[in-house]
Amino acid sequence: MGVDAELLFYALQTGLLLGGFYAAVSVGITISFGMLDIVNIAHPAFIILGAFVAYYLNSTFGIDPLLSLVIAAAPAFLLGRLLYKMYYYAFERHGEESLQGLAFFFGILFIVEIGLILLFGVDYRFVEAPYISTTFNFWYVSLPLRLVIPLVVGLLMVTAIQLFTSRTFLGRAILAVSQDPGALRLVGGNPVKIKEIAFGVSIASAVIAGPLLIIIQPVEPSIGRDYIGRVFAICVLGGMSSLRGTVVASMIVGIAEAVTATFGGPAWAPAVAFSLLILTLLLRPEGMFQR
Amino acid sequence: MKVLSRLVAGAVLLGVCALFAEPLAAKEPPITIGFGMSLSGGLAGGGKAALLTYKIWQKEINAKGGLLGRKVKLVYYDDQTNPALVPGIYSKLLDIDKVDIVISGYGTNLVVAAMPVIMAHKKTFLAFYALDGNAKFHYKRYFTMQPSGPHPGIAQGEGFFKLASGITPRPKTIALVGADAEFGQISIVAARKLAKEYGFKIVYDELYPPNTVDFTSIVRTLKVLHPDLVYIASYPPDSAGMLRAIHEVGLSAKMLGGGMVGLQYAALKEEFGPQLDRLIDYDYWVPEPTMKFKGLDTFLAKYRKQAAAAGVDPLGIYIPPYAYAQMQILTQTVKAVHGYNDAKMAAYLHKTTFKTVVGNVKWGPDGEWNPARELLVQYQNIKGHGWKQFAKPGRQVILWPPQFKSGSLEEPFNPTWQ
Repeated sequence: MGVDAELLFYALQTGLLLGGFYAAVSVGITISFGMLDIVNIAHPAFIILGAFVAYYLNSTFGIDPLLSLVIAAAPAFLLGRLLYKMYYYAFERHGEESLQGLAFFFGILFIVEIGLILLFGVDYRFVEAPYISTTFNFWYVSLPLRLVIPLVVGLLMVTAIQLFTSRTFLGRAILAVSQDPGALRLVGGNPVKIKEIAFGVSIASAVIAGPLLIIIQPVEPSIGRDYIGRVFAICVLGGMSSLRGTVVASMIVGIAEAVTATFGGPAWAPAVAFSLLILTLLLRPEGMFQR
Repeated sequence: MKVLSRLVAGAVLLGVCALFAEPLAAKEPPITIGFGMSLSGGLAGGGKAALLTYKIWQKEINAKGGLLGRKVKLVYYDDQTNPALVPGIYSKLLDIDKVDIVISGYGTNLVVAAMPVIMAHKKTFLAFYALDGNAKFHYKRYFTMQPSGPHPGIAQGEGFFKLASGITPRPKTIALVGADAEFGQISIVAARKLAKEYGFKIVYDELYPPNTVDFTSIVRTLKVLHPDLVYIASYPPDSAGMLRAIHEVGLSAKMLGGGMVGLQYAALKEEFGPQLDRLIDYDYWVPEPTMKFKGLDTFLAKYRKQAAAAGVDPLGIYIPPYAYAQMQILTQTVKAVHGYNDAKMAAYLHKTTFKTVVGNVKWGPDGEWNPARELLVQYQNIKGHGWKQFAKPGRQVILWPPQFKSGSLEEPFNPTWQ
């Protein structure tokens, strides 16, 4: 294999691995922003919250980060439901969700961030697990487990949510509420209750993505801000409410970043990824996989 | 009798005055020192360590009766590591809080953002760490604690290139990679200049965006190019990501590192432990026998006792010594000029060599250290992951400058994870 071909091959590998992780961090935004029309700008803060839960359980009890995501999922779901109730009664019910709602989630972002600073301080935090420093190499394939595991977990999570939304009554109700809440009400459904559950799933997915992040890189309370632009871009690129679109968009962004970093220089990586977004919006304003 | 009664009355009056003299002095308003500091956001790790140090100094100075007989009060706001907030913070400090003295927050972006407001108010500005913070302003009342000297970017890389040129056989190629932010840009621009000066061929020269998640693509490209030297100017999470990718991919070089921020903190030292072996990095103070200064051990012991409770870097060798020295300098200056007149303070700061816990500090015309005193250190003999080993000599050996040298360069850098 020539040098360029070798580099391209490696870039594709890295891009796919990164894309899997991006899917994990973005799926919650697809639910909240794409399906429920809630601009949850605090979404990355919940990813960091999940990362710190993994850090706490790992450093205090020696619990593996992958187990911590299972432990954190249910409380995160309940927290999401509670948050939505607050959001609904304070803003959405009065039709004031657009600007005030955005300010509300900004506030939540800062509360989570400052809360983590008060609890854990401002240092970068890591977790320990045997797979973090393990890489499988064969032929031209090089698979660092710290990137493979987020890919696998990310894809499993999106698949589970996809099955939930397509195969269960509740899941279909979530899709219905994203399309026409009024029609759902006409057939006896309670859109508020459905949105509450869906938002719980969204927050749970963010908290689950946290341990995946801390496996990849060290975290400190404010690092979530780096992800705000990326997760919203992936959601829009994928078609707002399409889970399949989220996965494909995540892979595209991951591969675009890795290939550009390899051949065009890392400084161009975000520019290329966001150019793809602009191009998609120009050619297909509804995104790639709009329902 | 009349005279006697007048004398008695006079004595009583004097006594009453004496009785109230001390409380009246104590009622004088405190001397206020204002600053913005990163207490949240990306630089909060350093910002909170600096704040803890200032509080330690404040407690000490107030226990001794304050400055010029007045208590000292710190007035500070969280700049959230956001330069956009800094001008507003300093306007509030100067126009509304009307603080007596202003010092800077931590980090080049934050210090530079304060400069226009500081200059408009003609304040003396004892700044903390800022790489070439006065380059565009040439403000005569600016003084930085960063020991980078009159050519800051160059000072950081100089030792790296000097030592590299002494390796046999002489390295020929170099890769430069840095964060696309103030520090990374200045550092890489200087490294380009030095590479040309020392005759190394640049085979890779790239800046990466600050929110890069994974560095595998960059490191793989470096591995294919196989440069003799790799110069990195990165921020804390990037330094960690870069090191992980370097060990996963198996990138080796005769010298690797140079300007990696974050490795100075206990958290990253603990995480990587032996994988830091032979890595080269800059630093400002390390516990080597060549860097013993009066009062530093006592201060560090005090800082380390409080660090855990404050949730800041427990090792404290990067920020706290210089923050404490900054306040020592401020104390000496205020005492020497009997107040905080900005013109007098600036004149005194310009002409004086200060003896501090980080050694002698003397500034040049632009408020940069003169001479520079950036250290180039190499991690050697790292055993396990505990941070306490880094509080002892022999783990971060000083290679440069010659007057502080405590060991010799070991090369090449080889990854150990594979």
